[in-house]
Amino acid sequence: MARLSEDNIRLAREIIGRYPKPRSATIPLLHLAQEQDGFVTNEAMSHIGELVGATSAEVYGTASFYEMFKFEPVGKFLINICGTMSCALLGAEELMHHAEGRLGIKMGSTTADGKITLERAECQAACTEAPCLQVNYRYRYRVTPQDLDALIDDLSSGALDAEIPAHGTVATVRQSIPADRGVGAVDPDDVTEGPAWLDGKAAL
Amino acid sequence: MTTIDTNTTDAENTPPVDPNAVSITINGRTVAARKGELIIAAADRADEYIPRFCYHPRMSSVGMCRQCLVEVEGPRGPMMVVSCMTPVADGQIVRTDTPQVKRAHEGMIELLLANHPLDCPVCDKGGECPLQDQAFSHGAGESRFVEEKRHYEKPIPISDLVLLDRERCILCDRCTRFADEVAGDPLIIFTQRGNNTQVMTFPDEPFASYFSGNTVQICPVGALTATPYRFKARPWDLEQRESTCTSCSVGCRTVVQSSRDELLRFQGVDSDPVNWGWLCDRGRFNFQSTNSEDRLVTPQVKSGDSFTTVTWSEALDTVARTVRHARPGSVALIGGARGTNEDAFMWAKVADALGVTMRDAQLDDGLPASIYSYAQATIDSTCAGGTVIVVAPDLKEELPVLFLRLRDAAEKKRVRIIEVSSHQTGLTKYAWRSVQAEPGTSAAALAALLSESAVATQIQSGAVTIVAGRGNLAESANHVMAAVDAVIGAVPSATVLPALRRGNVRGALSVGLAPSDGNDTAAILEAAANGKVDCLILLGADPLSDVADADLARRGIAGAKFVVAVDTFLSPSAAHADIVLPAAAYGEKDGTTMNLEGRVTNVVQKITPRGTSRADWMIAAELLSVLGHDSSVSTLADVQRDMAKAIPGFGATTTAVAVKRDGVVVSVPVAAHSNVVTSAPPRNSYEFRLNVSRKLYDRAISTLTSPALENLAPGAQVLVNPLDLDRVGAPEGGNVRVSNNNSSLVLPVHSSPSVPRGVALVPFNQPGADIRELIRRSDSVVDVRIESI
Repeated sequence: MARLSEDNIRLAREIIGRYPKPRSATIPLLHLAQEQDGFVTNEAMSHIGELVGATSAEVYGTASFYEMFKFEPVGKFLINICGTMSCALLGAEELMHHAEGRLGIKMGSTTADGKITLERAECQAACTEAPCLQVNYRYRYRVTPQDLDALIDDLSSGALDAEIPAHGTVATVRQSIPADRGVGAVDPDDVTEGPAWLDGKAAL
Repeated sequence: MTTIDTNTTDAENTPPVDPNAVSITINGRTVAARKGELIIAAADRADEYIPRFCYHPRMSSVGMCRQCLVEVEGPRGPMMVVSCMTPVADGQIVRTDTPQVKRAHEGMIELLLANHPLDCPVCDKGGECPLQDQAFSHGAGESRFVEEKRHYEKPIPISDLVLLDRERCILCDRCTRFADEVAGDPLIIFTQRGNNTQVMTFPDEPFASYFSGNTVQICPVGALTATPYRFKARPWDLEQRESTCTSCSVGCRTVVQSSRDELLRFQGVDSDPVNWGWLCDRGRFNFQSTNSEDRLVTPQVKSGDSFTTVTWSEALDTVARTVRHARPGSVALIGGARGTNEDAFMWAKVADALGVTMRDAQLDDGLPASIYSYAQATIDSTCAGGTVIVVAPDLKEELPVLFLRLRDAAEKKRVRIIEVSSHQTGLTKYAWRSVQAEPGTSAAALAALLSESAVATQIQSGAVTIVAGRGNLAESANHVMAAVDAVIGAVPSATVLPALRRGNVRGALSVGLAPSDGNDTAAILEAAANGKVDCLILLGADPLSDVADADLARRGIAGAKFVVAVDTFLSPSAAHADIVLPAAAYGEKDGTTMNLEGRVTNVVQKITPRGTSRADWMIAAELLSVLGHDSSVSTLADVQRDMAKAIPGFGATTTAVAVKRDGVVVSVPVAAHSNVVTSAPPRNSYEFRLNVSRKLYDRAISTLTSPALENLAPGAQVLVNPLDLDRVGAPEGGNVRVSNNNSSLVLPVHSSPSVPRGVALVPFNQPGADIRELIRRSDSVVDVRIESI
């Protein structure tokens, strides 16, 4: 429940520097906040607003558009079971019921130990492998109730910790981008001539 | 409607062709338009109404609601386009009346109503609702939607003044666009997405904008309602007259609406040179003040410690007797800036008849009237281009709609703003250059800034306007005048937009209530304190609350032998009066007012004055006749006739009847002042230099007596730079002792990065300890010590 840590502020400033306008960094910083706390806290959103020069409301408006930003605590592992057509036809409902029974929680909630959150998801574009689910956005295909039991066992025992990092962990905002590859040098408002590749094509 | 004759062939006889002129056809009629104009705007001018919800001529187009679909002839036949997003093009053929367009309009209405609760019978907007009206005029009349509608908790307060009913919302983006684009307070925003999209604030961060009431006015459905009007009346029961807001001197156009002889609502009216339809919340909601139970309703005389009600004739006889027996030159008159031009003019006549030399419409809290002697700017000319140099109070706090106009000009890159202030203001983030100068150093800071080469280049590049006003009440007005002179010295062609704030201060000073020979309010109070004032007449003026030097005000009011207060409320000063005359309030009298640029517009009577209260000009006229002077005035028209004769600039075009919405800019000649020399003593490093500035909400009587606004004042406090707070050693929000040789008081302290180091910012006239006790007007600047306790 916190603002960004000192380390993350440093990283946030580096990320902001990659863009011509600070507020373009809003979404990467939201990922950073979600990685820090497991979900996006109100304090972090206010802090991001301060860093990029936006109001908390603007940050919240942007963040809440995206399903993958969570505003309530989420378990270490987020299991999204697809409930759209192909998966529904091939047993997604039974799978969800089984998951609910096995974990003793309803879809949309988190186990008491904070380990696992169950969510119903829209199509995950793996219809040929239905029914499918994702654990922290890592796919599992043609999942049977037995597969699910085994998955939950592995998640609980820590056997999958190496393969599946905790919810919120993201790699892209941590990547190192050399300064010469950044796009932050020129503010779009200050651009007076088109890029070289557009040369002669302006009439198109 | 104007049309272009497309058959003209004789090139020699045609005037030069406007390169931006285009001609389009709407429903078979030729309509002249300009490049870049939107179809919907061209259609509006041609009286071809296209239904719409999200389109608003004062905001950018977003095409959210899709209601304004029209057919435009294209290469492959008629094509449906959104008329609020499609610019006109020469030869364009637009139809708004085909069966296809009708079908589209009906379909859009049906979709917009799918989730709309249709609770019109209990909705405040019912009767004046664009959704209701256009569902009748452009809807099919029935819906195929039989499913359950969306449900939300309702209504939820999004601020102290505004409530949100999300079920009624059609997501037109007008309120959110206004908050972002116009007000610059993007505190409400679309959250979630798809079917769950809703307007919302950040959790626990209310829509605390000074302009929030505008969102209620522009909401095309009943989703946003304002607490002061909610469930008070139905639109068809309201009567209205167009008027001018006099809460501050911007002079925004309003409609004053009432029912059963009670003011119920003010709405903004679009006056192109002034307010563009916007109002600040203070101006919008302080109508409650007129309805207050605390209004003065009868003349009263002081007997012992209490007041006794008397008749008007007894009261006026008493006043007449007092002024007759007063020693020559011992009658003084303070105030008049809250009334109409006619009020001020008639009281000036009283003063003339009595040979009063001591008169002043200001309360030592403005600038010398000579600020009007410079070449004058208008709001439009200020915002048109070039450089705007702001040496004035925080415009967002004192003249909010002027702030909106300047913000718009800066955001659209029409002007560059150079600001010199003693703390970061609402305008700072829109300024091209903003310098936070310690009080007493603004003229020097400005001179230094003007000598920078980039700034010198900028001010040579176009028109220069100085917005001049009194930002810091703990600093001599001379510093502002010196700053103005510094700019005029560098740019002789610069014009001045005087930002004096009180509603009709310019009008009152122009029609005869300007001080002469230095006999301003400070001098009057000093004379009164020395026993030289036998009769002090206060015209809606409250020196005990408004004069920055509290000690001077107290001594002055106590020293005046007889005090007459003409007021709407028993203000602290009126409570010390020997006789109190009840005046008609805003909305209870006709007349004219003059805004800060000298624009004369009318104010109107909508309801009967409370009790036996009457307009100030009537009181003055009656007093004149009791005194034996035939004023030959019995109607407002008589006053205006006399005023037209006596005051240059006033005439047939400035009468209350003649002035139209946009009014007439009047130029009344004012004597220039000689250049002022100012200096401020150096500050001891352990002391703070005081910056006392007004907030929009304070203990002003119209705010205090408006229940919706009375609790919005932030309260007395002292703000210092975070580093200074560490130095003082007090915790955030803790109490500190603020003291100097004059007095000492305890205030909560807060840190603010907006305040430069060494400066203590204290809001003026707030509930709590009164900083004015530390201010002496003889001091050019005021220094204080701040100690942790």
